[in-house]
Amino acid sequence: MKLIDISLSNLRRRKAKASFVLVGLLIGVSAVVAFISLVDALTRDINQKLEEYGANIMIVPKTENLSLTYGGISIGGISFEMQEIIQEDLYKIRTIKNAANVAAVGPMVLGVVKIDSHNVLMTGVDFEVTQYLRPWWKVTGEIPGKKSVLIGAEVSRILGLSVGSGLEANGKRLVVSGILDSTGSQDDQIIFAHLSTAQTLLGKEGRISMAEVAALCSECPIDDMVNQISVVLPGAKVMAIKQVVKGRMETLGHFHKFAYGLSALIMFVGGLMVLVTMMGSVRERTSEFGIFRAVGFRRSHVVRMVLFEAGVISAIAGVLGYIVGLGATKISIPFFTESVGVKVPFDPVLAGSIFLLAVILGLVSSVYPALLAGNLDPNEALRTL
Amino acid sequence: MSYIQIDNLVREYGHGEAAFMAIKGISFEICQGEFVGVMGESGSGKSTLLTMMGALNTPTRGKYSVEDIDVYSLGQDRRADFRREFIGFIFQSFHLIPYLTVLENVMLPITMVKMKSSEKRSMAKDALEHVGLAGKEKRLPGEISGGEKERVAIARAIVNEPTILLADEPTGNLDTKTSRGVMDLFKNLNNDGMTIVMVTHSPDCAREAGRILQISDGFLMEEDRLIENIGSPFDRVT
Repeated sequence: MKLIDISLSNLRRRKAKASFVLVGLLIGVSAVVAFISLVDALTRDINQKLEEYGANIMIVPKTENLSLTYGGISIGGISFEMQEIIQEDLYKIRTIKNAANVAAVGPMVLGVVKIDSHNVLMTGVDFEVTQYLRPWWKVTGEIPGKKSVLIGAEVSRILGLSVGSGLEANGKRLVVSGILDSTGSQDDQIIFAHLSTAQTLLGKEGRISMAEVAALCSECPIDDMVNQISVVLPGAKVMAIKQVVKGRMETLGHFHKFAYGLSALIMFVGGLMVLVTMMGSVRERTSEFGIFRAVGFRRSHVVRMVLFEAGVISAIAGVLGYIVGLGATKISIPFFTESVGVKVPFDPVLAGSIFLLAVILGLVSSVYPALLAGNLDPNEALRTL
Repeated sequence: MSYIQIDNLVREYGHGEAAFMAIKGISFEICQGEFVGVMGESGSGKSTLLTMMGALNTPTRGKYSVEDIDVYSLGQDRRADFRREFIGFIFQSFHLIPYLTVLENVMLPITMVKMKSSEKRSMAKDALEHVGLAGKEKRLPGEISGGEKERVAIARAIVNEPTILLADEPTGNLDTKTSRGVMDLFKNLNNDGMTIVMVTHSPDCAREAGRILQISDGFLMEEDRLIENIGSPFDRVT
């Protein structure tokens, strides 16, 4: 027989008391797991949605002659009539330290073309990456090939063009393969052509006016990425679209702070409950501790017995708490997001941390009652019988 | 050569006007292998004296030595070790742990001793056999009679083979027949060389002791050394 056997026998005998401590800790631990898992799942969901907002880094030439607002976002001064970026240099973006965070790089060439009597802004883009950079686009018709164009809703209205219509831009015959549904942005007033087509029409082969970069930024250091791109593209001005990034980071930060703050509060209350219950248990067992001391148990033996009991209950609460918390998150997640299929995966780090946290909390909360039990005067304790 | 020395022991409870002196300066010596009975009226200080001899109750003044060890100069943990090594204590109300089996209760004093588990079990079983409780190892205290509880308490007190057995009214809750059995057990243990100090109200039990200390109002009033040829009072009980 060892001390742990005595502790386990006592737990088996005082099931109600042990269950009370267990349930108290279990509620605390599972609430913490639920909060953290929920916030993590929502963070992933929100992050995924934010990624769908498109580009969050802009690359423009350093010179500035003309102020241009694009898509409602100020991208500083650029001039498409002057110095441009060499298209081949864009591959250098894939060599930066945080290259793994680069989801898409979209080169763009801008220029004015004359269609009938109208001056229209033509933008050459890589339609393959546009789906990442402008996921909100809805096209009636088809994505254009090298001899066709995609036109904005306003262009279609003003020039009276529809899918299949022909047009002549800077003397080259092109066909409208698709019309962009109204976006409410400047895209409505632009003719989009394949990058190489636009470069030829505008006489800018191998050059681009600007580039958009979509960075996967759940954890990525956006400012570091901007600096890294600036280093590999010294002739370009690189800017983060701060409104999106800052807002994204702040939202995630607030979520996490809230979850951890609430978790700390819950664990504090749980710890107090363990303390009070263990104190009651020690008082109830005063005579018992007197007997242990009378037959030769040292103070440390009694302290260890109480801590063993708290440790066993806390460990069980840690394991069950994680399972219950995870289940609660899975059940409650539809109430917090409309997204379908938000995953709440088993997180070994959270599971391990919560187990340790539960055990440490249970032990720390039981230190005072355990010391109280150990320091009982054996003679006084026996007189309580 | 005395084995236990008690020198001007005083035990006072409370402070100031509420102070109460339970033991008022008692001195005596006990030789190894002696069987001593302590008698006196209720509240005379017998049990207080016994708990002090059990290293459970720190005296206000005076000195208590066993084998020249000044017991109350030891720290709390060393005193616990002293209790484990030297003392077997039998309490009037048994003081068994209700959720431990009979065998586990008996094993308590040797739980913290460094030896194999099988060895501890064997020692506990031997002690139970000694008190006639073989076969009841797995019972809980709630499942045995008062007499059996007393025997479990005795087995627990002797399992660690202490040199001193202290018994506080060991027959106080028992019928005459069971009391006789317990006293026979004490006599056997004493014959094996164990020093026994037994607090009792019963003159019949006291007669089993070789020496009686009479305590009254915290003082040691007189010492009676019994004549060996007096027959045991239990001989009259059938």
